[in-house]
Amino acid sequence: MGADGEDLAARTTYREAMREALREALRSDDRVFLMGEDVGRYGGCFGVSLGLLEEFGPERVRDTPLSESAFVGAGIGAALAGMRPVVEIMTVNFSLLALDQILNNAATLLHMSGGQLPVPLVIRMTTGAGRQLGAQHSHSLEGWYAHIPGIRVLAPATLEDARHMLAPALADPDPVLVFEHAGLYNVSGELLPPAAPVDLDHAAIRRPGTDISLITYGGSLPKTLAAADELAAAGISAEVIDLRTLRPLDDAAVNASVARTHRAVVVDEAWRTGSLAAEVSARIAEDSFYELDAPVERVCSAEVPMPYARQLEEAALPQTADIVAAAHRAVD
Amino acid sequence: MSVARPTRTRKDSAPAKSGKKTPERGAGGRAPAGRPVPGPGSAPDPDPGHRRDLLETMLRIRRFEERCVELYSATKIRGFVHLYIGEEAVAVGVTQALAPEDAVVSTYREHGHALARGIPADAVMAEMYGRTTGCSGGRGGSMHLFDASRRFYGGNAIVAGGLPPAAGLALADRMRGQNRVTCCFFGDGAFAEGEFHETANLAALWRLPLLLVCENNLYAMGTALARHEAQTDLAMRAASYGMVAWTVDGMDVEAVEQAARRAVEGIRTGTGPHFLELRTYRFRAHSMYDPDRYREKQEIEKWKSRDPIELLRDRMRENGELRDKDMARIERRITAEIEHAVEAAEQAPREPVGDLLRHVTSSPAGAVS
Repeated sequence: MGADGEDLAARTTYREAMREALREALRSDDRVFLMGEDVGRYGGCFGVSLGLLEEFGPERVRDTPLSESAFVGAGIGAALAGMRPVVEIMTVNFSLLALDQILNNAATLLHMSGGQLPVPLVIRMTTGAGRQLGAQHSHSLEGWYAHIPGIRVLAPATLEDARHMLAPALADPDPVLVFEHAGLYNVSGELLPPAAPVDLDHAAIRRPGTDISLITYGGSLPKTLAAADELAAAGISAEVIDLRTLRPLDDAAVNASVARTHRAVVVDEAWRTGSLAAEVSARIAEDSFYELDAPVERVCSAEVPMPYARQLEEAALPQTADIVAAAHRAVD
Repeated sequence: MSVARPTRTRKDSAPAKSGKKTPERGAGGRAPAGRPVPGPGSAPDPDPGHRRDLLETMLRIRRFEERCVELYSATKIRGFVHLYIGEEAVAVGVTQALAPEDAVVSTYREHGHALARGIPADAVMAEMYGRTTGCSGGRGGSMHLFDASRRFYGGNAIVAGGLPPAAGLALADRMRGQNRVTCCFFGDGAFAEGEFHETANLAALWRLPLLLVCENNLYAMGTALARHEAQTDLAMRAASYGMVAWTVDGMDVEAVEQAARRAVEGIRTGTGPHFLELRTYRFRAHSMYDPDRYREKQEIEKWKSRDPIELLRDRMRENGELRDKDMARIERRITAEIEHAVEAAEQAPREPVGDLLRHVTSSPAGAVS
């Protein structure tokens, strides 16, 4: 995560890091093209692709009609025919209009065809709440997608992952869904060159600790790191695990952390019921039961369609104070 | 790379000159549902050998599926089995217009498309048996036949679900400067799905090299066309997107071939997607589970009197192009081929259960959770 007070000259934002990743992909591989609603002239609903149309032209930065199913499906077909499409869906709520294509085609064609038809497609979309956009633009449905065999689900939470996850995603022969939390686009910080090629199979320890594991991903990472700061001030050493890849889950990293700390809080902006947090908790119970000194805690969104009013939206979402409180329950 | 142009075909292009008459867009709308549009006359074709091939391919599909019915009753094959019997002229006629490098996207009623496209009966039958030698390795079954080497992108069992990927295949070809056509089959039921609208619009907007083939068999499973479409003139609706659209007698394989050739020629010259509404009929129920309570026996019999195989056979006999012994030879050849396919499928290996998680991802380690 970008820390404050670093050299301004080297600073970038999550949005710019993502744009640079797209630019690099478009430059280095002529099979890559970007397609979606308002990715071209408008510059992307969140400004991610601003300037790419001018640089790469309308064939490779392709504005589409508002037809999520058709352009996601077209991405699937283009991938089958040898291209490496990057399809942008404005928000995860709109992706439901393309769910048939994602589940019944992208995730399934390799298997149905007995291994003949891999689908090397990347689908990017924003997710998450926090901007008072109400109940049709604010949900976190990435856990639903993580339910589906045959696709990889990524949640870049840092500048480094925003910048460097796209290349390995495009190199993956199978469909990859990238969930970009809208609250992260303006996060800024110093972007360091990667020490090693980004590896999509492993979670990352964002802050080492010994007393409790705080397990999270995506837009909840900054809140969780802030909670770890508060806990440190109270004398509790929290380890923060960023799952990064929601499918396949890095069970080994989670179990290793729990083996060190013996306590766990799972932080997930999705609804609690049937959530990714539920899956992670179940796996800890299955694999690390005897390591646990306290029940696994979960901090999730309230079970309510996201309300518009600020105080209600804030109350619905996991907040740093909720994470701190859950950690205290587990430790005390 | 070609560049997408904002302009598009707003009018139907006139069909190529020919001695035969292909009904234009709108003809389907004028004819009441259930009544086929008249096909071309029976003027002799200069190539009776080609007609014999058409006949043999249609007959191979028919006999293959008749054998499937027996095997289904004997519980050798299971799942949904959607028979194409009665509609053979569509698959056989349309695929004549395609080159080997063209792509085909099909539906769950795709045995005919697969066989017409040259997937061997052995591989299709083994798939029906769920064996490793099947064209999808036994993972697909009747509704999911695939053959990447023949650019046969399958068996999609979600109505209209194959349309968007077909547009993508066409888009990729265009972007890579390959003069290939993608042919997408779908039924009249697909007209009620949003994906038809989305894909027709996208394909016309981007002038994609896409042949949209609507097999109008007048029923979306058990719901008659007039009970699921407010406007039953499907070609007119397709034309409203700005693409060339024709209604064709789908029981006359030569009319189908002629229309498909014109359409594919048009697509190859860059005039964008073309749409064919092929008026056809399935003689059997929707699937093996369907008691077929929603159709009048009379209606079925009326359509059976225009059986596409008998239509061509009789035409060839009239022209003196087909002797009884020719017909017998064709039948013998097909029977031997199908019996070989059945025997091979019976002997073919079953995939070990230990391999269950293969083909979930491309990772050689198998599925990861």
